Amino acid sequence: MKYVDEFRDGALARGIANAIRAEADPARSYRFMEFCGGHTHAIARYGLEDLLPPNVRMIHGPGCPVCVLPVSRIDAAIRLAAEPGVTLCSYGDMMRVPGSDGMSLLKAKAGGADIRMVYSTLDALRIAGEVPHREVVFFAIGFETTTPPTAVAIKMAERQRLANFSVFCNHVLTPAAMRALLTGAGGVPIEGFVGPAHVSTVIGMAPYAFCATEFAKPVVIAGFEPLDVMQAVLMLVRQVNDGRHDIENEYARAVTPAGNRKAQALVAELFEPRAAFEWRGLGSLPLSALTLRPAYARFDAEARFTVETVAAADNPACDCGAILRGLKRPPDCRLFGKVCRPEAPVGACMVSSEGACAAHWSYGRFREHAKANDNTRAETNEQVPA
Amino acid sequence: MCLAIPAEVTELLPDDMAKVSLGGVVKSVSVALLDEVAVGDYVVLHVGHALARIDAEEARRTLALLAEAGR
Repeated sequence: MKYVDEFRDGALARGIANAIRAEADPARSYRFMEFCGGHTHAIARYGLEDLLPPNVRMIHGPGCPVCVLPVSRIDAAIRLAAEPGVTLCSYGDMMRVPGSDGMSLLKAKAGGADIRMVYSTLDALRIAGEVPHREVVFFAIGFETTTPPTAVAIKMAERQRLANFSVFCNHVLTPAAMRALLTGAGGVPIEGFVGPAHVSTVIGMAPYAFCATEFAKPVVIAGFEPLDVMQAVLMLVRQVNDGRHDIENEYARAVTPAGNRKAQALVAELFEPRAAFEWRGLGSLPLSALTLRPAYARFDAEARFTVETVAAADNPACDCGAILRGLKRPPDCRLFGKVCRPEAPVGACMVSSEGACAAHWSYGRFREHAKANDNTRAETNEQVPA
Repeated sequence: MCLAIPAEVTELLPDDMAKVSLGGVVKSVSVALLDEVAVGDYVVLHVGHALARIDAEEARRTLALLAEAGR
């Protein structure tokens, strides 16, 4: 496929890996956090960590919108779906994420709630047109990539005078989460970020400037293909070696410095920051999420219905919080692969294919198993007398 | 959730919609978030909306850089 296959060339990846090995100073360690779940998925799927020298480590960050939504908001969505006359529309990834007491949207649907899985905000809008006697609520989640499509749907609902369409808004902001990680909200020390790909197509490069100016951390915005990630790591290694901390753009084919101004203007027209929002793993962060402006309150499910957000604890045995902050790796969690698997996830990181646990379950564990076997074979061979 | 795919615009439709081809699979998507989309453009497609246009010249330049880095 054009603009995909060219960026998956194995020979080029090995060449970039050689350059990273040649340029990484063996006397120092390089820890880079990939913020996006899309990068985490690419790193696991293509085994990119195996191409890196041992002193260059990738740390998985909290950039999976399904993973960072706290249990309390999932519970609220399930309660909304149970309201009489309500049809709740949700992106598919959210359907199996566990709320409190093992409940999920999928189980609520099986129990009789009218919950529809949609691919696009436009599908939710179409459903609202088809069932004018019902209140159609779109469960809006995601970072800066999914917010403009929510805004487009609201503007279309306004134009079409749809009176039965509203949005349960859970849109969150990437820079706020990066700031929380850098200010020591329980994150691990890192030397720089592999910056978000598609979030940056919308917001551009300027919102990451604080990483460089306030925290002296470089950011390299990278595409989601394996060569993009490898090249971003090389660019970060070079910045660290030079003592630089700039915001660089590896993904120039899709990201412009200013981003998508049309999308930005639309989002600014419809949404305003919330004073604070609860994140799974990061706690309550100020100005880290959006809500609809009062002028659009008629499209705001939180204004139209009584949506109570009751504090709810994660499963105490689940390490999703620490994994999202980069403090633990998936196999460090005692539930991983035992009671928590993609078909029966306990935590959100196992649900979305971009979650660190799901990525490790699908790809990483096989590599680690193979590596462990190689090591055992090597040790056994050493013990055999010549 | 944040994954998006490059898609080629094959036909412009009314109401800021367009037909795109994803390696042969045709879909109707919204292009309301982009100005002046033309047939033949490659766009970054995410949850049914085109978020950005892919710059062919920048893509070529990046590939040249990747080849250079890996030499």
